[in-house]
Amino acid sequence: MTFLFAYTHTSSHPILLRHRRTVGRLSVACKLGHRADYAQPPTALLRKESGCRLNRPANIDALMPTYSLRVNGRTHEVNVDADTRLLWIVRDLLGLTGTKYGCGIAQCGACTVHVNGKATRSCTLQVSQVGDRAITTIEGLSPNATHAVQKAWIAEEVPQCGYCQSGQVMTAAALLATNKAPTDADIDGAMDGLICRCGTYDRIRRAIHRAAKEG
Amino acid sequence: MTGPAQLHRREFIKVGTLAGGGLLLAIYAPTVKAHNSAALPFQPNAFLRIDPSGEITITVARSDMGQGVRTALPMIIAEELDADWNSVRVMQADAHPNQYGRMMTVGSSSVRNGAWLPLRKAGAAAREMLVAAAAARWGVSAGDLRTESGRVLHAASARSASYGELAEAAAALPVPVEPKLKDPATFKLIGTSPALFDTPDKVTGRAKFGIDARVPGMLFATVVHPPVFGSRVKSFDAAKAKAVAGVRHVVQIPTGIAVVAEHTGAALKGAQALVIEYENTGFAMNSSDIFKSFADLADKPGVEAKKVGDAAATLPKSAKRVESTYEAPYLAHATMEPMNCTANVQADRVELWAPTQNPQGAQQTAAQITGVPISNVTVHVQLLGCGWGRRSRQDFVEDAVHTSKAVGAPVQVLWTREEDMQHDFYRPAAHVRLEGGLDGAGKLAAMIVRVAAQPISGGGAVDGPAVASIADTPYAIPNYLVEYCRATNAVPVGYWRSVGPSQNTFIFESFIDELAHAAKRDPVELRRELLANDARMLNVVNLAAERSQWGTPLPAGRARGIALVDDKGGRVAEVAEVSLTGGKIRVHKVTLVADCGQIIHSGIVDGQLSGSVVAGLGAALYGEITIERGRVKQTNFRDYPMLRIDEMPEIDVHIVRNGEEPGGVGEPGVPPIAAAVANALFTLTGVRAKRLPLRADLFTPVGTR
Repeated sequence: MTFLFAYTHTSSHPILLRHRRTVGRLSVACKLGHRADYAQPPTALLRKESGCRLNRPANIDALMPTYSLRVNGRTHEVNVDADTRLLWIVRDLLGLTGTKYGCGIAQCGACTVHVNGKATRSCTLQVSQVGDRAITTIEGLSPNATHAVQKAWIAEEVPQCGYCQSGQVMTAAALLATNKAPTDADIDGAMDGLICRCGTYDRIRRAIHRAAKEG
Repeated sequence: MTGPAQLHRREFIKVGTLAGGGLLLAIYAPTVKAHNSAALPFQPNAFLRIDPSGEITITVARSDMGQGVRTALPMIIAEELDADWNSVRVMQADAHPNQYGRMMTVGSSSVRNGAWLPLRKAGAAAREMLVAAAAARWGVSAGDLRTESGRVLHAASARSASYGELAEAAAALPVPVEPKLKDPATFKLIGTSPALFDTPDKVTGRAKFGIDARVPGMLFATVVHPPVFGSRVKSFDAAKAKAVAGVRHVVQIPTGIAVVAEHTGAALKGAQALVIEYENTGFAMNSSDIFKSFADLADKPGVEAKKVGDAAATLPKSAKRVESTYEAPYLAHATMEPMNCTANVQADRVELWAPTQNPQGAQQTAAQITGVPISNVTVHVQLLGCGWGRRSRQDFVEDAVHTSKAVGAPVQVLWTREEDMQHDFYRPAAHVRLEGGLDGAGKLAAMIVRVAAQPISGGGAVDGPAVASIADTPYAIPNYLVEYCRATNAVPVGYWRSVGPSQNTFIFESFIDELAHAAKRDPVELRRELLANDARMLNVVNLAAERSQWGTPLPAGRARGIALVDDKGGRVAEVAEVSLTGGKIRVHKVTLVADCGQIIHSGIVDGQLSGSVVAGLGAALYGEITIERGRVKQTNFRDYPMLRIDEMPEIDVHIVRNGEEPGGVGEPGVPPIAAAVANALFTLTGVRAKRLPLRADLFTPVGTR
């Protein structure tokens, strides 16, 4: 059974978002009975989603431009200021909360997404700079953690607190897409823009080597 | 809700006398309904529930910030229960004033100091009840039954029953008060390394941290706080902020100005457009003023924190005296997830989604601010993107409660990294003077230490954290005096991963090294001598020396240094192998030996210890918060750098397995690394670092930089 946060689809909150298609399987879905099912507030477990209708104040289009974004294979239209950072669109408007805020100045990498396959900091990327490039967030990297990097991350038990790991995984996946057998120096070069406060760097390195081997 | 499910609810309260409570039931209700069975779930205590299906739900009442309690604590219960680990799922407890005991997750305290006993008893009590239910069903003696992997077995008749099948009958039995616990030698699950429950969610983006809370109708906010400590908002102009598209409200709350918007991006843009005037409180100190004030305090005797023999009389008679002054800076926590909290304040109830180390404190805070009774304040504990002690505080909870109350809607308040760094409860800065006396044989005869620092703990003449790992050193010093000089200023200070030992171990273990060199003795040998009465710490030092090949030659340009700590029940020694390469301090290898007593999950312990080295090393090389005119100068990771992957040393972690009572794991690995590196740098260069952070230019001769 798939349950969705009602916030994303049914609230009267004028979040200035219009989906071109039905979004019945946005990745904020959580499965009841999942082994690690984190205690959700009762309000968060709502109902099976069938479609969405969003209220849009009539005057909004006159105030702000509309941007069409391709995120995880779906197209969304958002009405926001041109300088709105992609991070807040995916997190707060599309409900894709896997991408994290860490510093806001592209110094820590917690917000890393793929833009046309390239690891990119969504905290500094303005919506007006995205154009028609394809955006992939951690939710869209693979169905059910089947990407080689995710499998290796699980096998090596990389995460501690886990907050930075979406960015680490996305950066590692982008590295392996262009470099099938990275050396330690290659890994340093690709990953040294990211911060892990828990200090999981040794396991990150091992997991990248594992993903390269088993990918 | 169907009739049978309602019956379940009533029965549930009856059975779970320790665990009743409307919200818990509401959360469980879908599960009960899904089973749609007349059989009862079995819930002998607040921590455990066994469904007729055999699914075991273990409630974790401690906050997980990466130290793995959401897997390790269920392991303790499952061990005593003889559960099938594959049938165990984990549930995070909402805040409750007393149901789970203390929920505060600080000081590496979730397992040690007997904290694991209630969990062991919870599992053992349930096991005894299941066995009793099987004995009654089969008409045999409980003593003839054994349990294994979620089943009760009767060998003589080759009968067995699953815990799920026995749950209903067990629920009708009295809960044993003092169930028999296992002999640790027979543990099967504890000490192993099963897969962590949360890892799959953490690599797919599904894991829910504080900032991932989503509530119908919620708004997104940020708060601008007065930059000078102790200051308040005098006036503000919100016109430009309100003009930002998406900004809904700009409200003054007691802690600052909240900008509330339809998404965080708009809130941040609005906050930048605020024009705020602050009251002048008169606090305008710089870091140099603060350290000068500490030095002035240390000129005079402080309050006695430790006294052995007569150090004052012995020191003048020493064959050799060594005097030194060390300083450590303020440090920010800089948790990866900045401070945040989501609050929904309504007339008669409050609901919070908080990444907190102190759920009960958050509950009290919300009740105090709103006047809503505690019983109507629900606190959902989210995952924490690091804790480090920072999230034991309530300031970010206050922000969210005030803001939601002010705007009458659910609100998520997220601080910017800059606000987070400039409004922390910093690791206290310290000024420490040490004087040691060696006798003619090069033995440490006497030592006097005077610590000047702000107190964290508040009460008492001596601040325990300020003198921790100095006053309670494992070294046997025959004549020893430690004094504490209480400093006060407006800079907020607090608990920073490993607390007092994090700065004091750098200071104390550097000084022990100074004494060893002054006595022309090997630093490991002197430590062994001082640890003659502490077999476990001595064993750790010996193992660290052996595994690091202490005393054997290294390539040119490299040197080793050692340091140790006995902190929160964990005994840790670290040997660092360093060089100065290209004008940078490079730590190539760290050998870490830890005796933390009985460990629960070996993979977690390994990760906590190596992560602790990263935490301590990053702080040692880069960590410094400076105060300028009453406010913090640093703003973000650009000027408060962190250790990164290319600087990560090879870490050889060795865990001593001895079955002693469990000690702390999350913190004791942090303190030794700074001194181990500084001691290695002394061996390499002959220069002794007396301050943190360790700056490469201190050790690099002019002209060779």
